[in-house]
Amino acid sequence: MSLERFISQAISPWMKSGPDPDGDIVISTRIRLARNLEHYPFPIIASEESSQTLLHYVSRELAQRKYDSIGALELIKMDDLSPNEKRMLVEKHLISPYLADKSKHGAVLLNENESVSIMINEEDHIRLQCLFRGFQLSEGLVLSNGLDDWIEEKVTYAFDEYRGYLTSCPTNVGTGMRASVMMHLPALVMTKQLNRILPAINQLGLVVRGIYGEGSETLGNLFQISNQMTLGKSEEDMVEDLRGVVMQLIQQERAAREKLLRASRIQMEDKVYRSFGILANSRVMDSKEAAKRLSDVRLGIDMDLIQGVSGNILNELMILTQPGFLQQYAESTLAPNERDIRRAALIRERLMLENE
Amino acid sequence: MLCEECQKRQATLHFTKIINGQKNEMHLCEECAKDKGETFPNWNSYSIQDLLSGLLHFEQPKNGVRSSSKAPTPLVCNNCGLSYDRFTEIGKFGCSECYRTFSTKLDPIFRRVHGGNTRHAGKIPRREGGKIEVKRKIEELRTQLRRHVESEEFEEAARLRDEIRHLEFNMQDGEGE
Ligand SMILES: [Zn+2]
Ligand SMILES: [Zn+2]
Repeated sequence: MSLERFISQAISPWMKSGPDPDGDIVISTRIRLARNLEHYPFPIIASEESSQTLLHYVSRELAQRKYDSIGALELIKMDDLSPNEKRMLVEKHLISPYLADKSKHGAVLLNENESVSIMINEEDHIRLQCLFRGFQLSEGLVLSNGLDDWIEEKVTYAFDEYRGYLTSCPTNVGTGMRASVMMHLPALVMTKQLNRILPAINQLGLVVRGIYGEGSETLGNLFQISNQMTLGKSEEDMVEDLRGVVMQLIQQERAAREKLLRASRIQMEDKVYRSFGILANSRVMDSKEAAKRLSDVRLGIDMDLIQGVSGNILNELMILTQPGFLQQYAESTLAPNERDIRRAALIRERLMLENE
Repeated sequence: MLCEECQKRQATLHFTKIINGQKNEMHLCEECAKDKGETFPNWNSYSIQDLLSGLLHFEQPKNGVRSSSKAPTPLVCNNCGLSYDRFTEIGKFGCSECYRTFSTKLDPIFRRVHGGNTRHAGKIPRREGGKIEVKRKIEELRTQLRRHVESEEFEEAARLRDEIRHLEFNMQDGEGE
């Protein structure tokens, strides 16, 4: 398979085009809603039979219909996929590791551009997720809300007027909503400001997580900011709290970038071009180094130090260089050291495409 | 101050984490912080399950107060069969009915997990929406009614009583459809 065709399959259409507000810092926005049906036991304790019934019921009610702009939904059952196919869906953030490996009769409904995913028989009966490019919390809230109403036309949700939407885990009860924004914050990390900002963010009831690779290290200066609590506030208020913090982080990251540029422009140029050179020439590269170098190059692009390379390259290669996709591209199972060789090759090829 | 991890280098990074109102502090040198995976990610993601399960056990009554001869009947959900004890072990509910079965024990748990909150303030499902609004209205009228009775304004109280009856009657009617 050609690399171009492989990429077109590997990268979700929603990531490649459309509005991209604050795209120099915010990679993507996600809204997730956890929902359950009344009376059915939750998936974690449900029998095979009950899970099967639920999947059949929910998918029959939803799969034949269309919701507005998102297009038709395709049902994909976990039992029909190979382990590597599941792994790739996880690497694209379209399903959770839990759905891939632990669910009974787990399935996902995906729309064509993969911006909407509705997981069935995850930890909750239904996990609805909407993905957007850049910083689009309001759009996310409107779409997830509409889809939620649309699903509710056909199934009766487990809801209690006092507790809200009833979920399997006590941490999700109430709105069942997790809103998150993925940010690229290299300058705040470089200037060691993020460590200082973090405690304040935690105090506002928000969580910051690094993005993990194969190990437990943070990769590529990517951070996910999301609401921690789901009970006691409206969805709109929760999203407003998150929006406020994200806007501040955007401002501070921009200020830190400008400061770096003013104070040490040539060192910055050296850093980003050095990483570019390493990506373009290496023969062995582990995921940790790849993420670090890609972050540098992306920063160089966003700061206008590197021209003629698309900013999408970080998001794309972060996904493409994960084990599932490397194996798919190699069309075989790879040991970790073989992956590092393949990873280096794939990155070189991808950068060559950019130069054509 | 010395680093908590290695006890060798000077602690230059100081973290405060508030989990459910409880303050935790950590003082690390940069190297150890780096070992911990750029510090914050691990810091935030250490198993929420562990946290929750610890918390749930904490909330279990330490039955020292009443030395009754009868062992208390274990709390078990009629719909899914999950016992309260099992719930505290796995940290997950078994079905929507569990919330009703364990309801008297849940407030302290939710308060800790959700920053002091126990009550939903967000979206209401469309189909159930109307019914719940009426219920909220009735609740409100009942409070008013009590106030009028206390201040011996019986005429107004009687009017409210009739309004409540009317709303309740309509609601039952609606359910029969
Ligand atoms: Zn240390
Ligand atoms: Zn139950």
